[in-house]
Amino acid sequence: MTELPWQDQVYAALKSAGVKQLAYVPDAGHARVIAMAHEDNDMHAVVCTTEEEGIALSAGAYLGGQRSVLLMQSSGVGNCINMLSLPINCRMPFFTIITMRGEWGEFNPWQVPMGSATEAVLKAAGVHVRRAERADEVVDIIAASATLAFDSHIPVAVLLSQRLIGAKVWTK
Amino acid sequence: MINAATTRDQAKVMGRFDITKRLVAKLQHDEAVIGGIGHTNWDLWASGRRPQNFYMLGSMGLAVPIAMGVALAQPDRKVFALEGDGSILMQLGSLATVAHQKVRNLAIVIMDNGIYQITGGQPTATGLGTDVVAIARGAGLAQAAWATDEAHFEALMDQALAEPGPFLVGVRTDEQKPFGQTERDPPQLRDRFMRGLGVKT
Repeated sequence: MTELPWQDQVYAALKSAGVKQLAYVPDAGHARVIAMAHEDNDMHAVVCTTEEEGIALSAGAYLGGQRSVLLMQSSGVGNCINMLSLPINCRMPFFTIITMRGEWGEFNPWQVPMGSATEAVLKAAGVHVRRAERADEVVDIIAASATLAFDSHIPVAVLLSQRLIGAKVWTK
Repeated sequence: MINAATTRDQAKVMGRFDITKRLVAKLQHDEAVIGGIGHTNWDLWASGRRPQNFYMLGSMGLAVPIAMGVALAQPDRKVFALEGDGSILMQLGSLATVAHQKVRNLAIVIMDNGIYQITGGQPTATGLGTDVVAIARGAGLAQAAWATDEAHFEALMDQALAEPGPFLVGVRTDEQKPFGQTERDPPQLRDRFMRGLGVKT
């Protein structure tokens, strides 16, 4: 039996976690999961104009009784900071998966400052951060982090390293 | 009616608390209301402690996307977002998101007094000429209108309750002080709202 690509396993893990709303600001590293969400009639896939909107959408999903995930790129974390007060203050789950830029074979200098600060900024804002470096650990980290977020009612971010996503994606 | 071509300048300036009470009086089916930061949600709080109300105490601009998340999760329930002009100006993109998602059970009410009242009355962009209803239409919300007076506001709310949305209604409001202050206990506000919607028992 051929093992599914890790991106497909990530989507399956989100489904297993009961996620019904998938908000995103697109990134090439999330493209496969985003496409799967749009093909799934049992998933609200919502492209947001900014990552802040996705945090609020996630909060609304929870208030309305559904689980959600926000997909974004590391540069988007910088847009989110004040909005993270919402899940923290209200003691709501918040689950986000972040593709990293600016850390491994990066060609665009503009990605480096925010990519370098992503983990520290999230932690400073009160978010629990997990990091996946290898394809064979991604799904376990996603599944465990989803449980941590949804069952412990805390904000959790999983960082998918740029090495994992593959430098080859980043063509000029 | 929702497509009335009234501009911001032509809309009557009304009382925010009075308008809030007129809306709340129409909510007979546990409709959800998300009150944005500022006097908008203080007056919502003062209009009665409906458990189906959620109140934002910070993070400007999030009432609309929160309401959208609730509306997607609860497709059979009408959801209202009450937002001030200062706040919606921070998240104008959320109007585009509501439009392309065609959230049928969502109505947005913008309380537009043209100022950042809570910080001392500095003018917002709407006070300097920006028309939020026109922006909403440009964002793709075809059912967007200014309430020309109180009776028109009530008719628009009746329409929002009876027909598929999404809707956006602009209300020009005066500078009266709010009639209460929302309790600053976010976990309790969240818990009460979820129980009010029946998603937590």
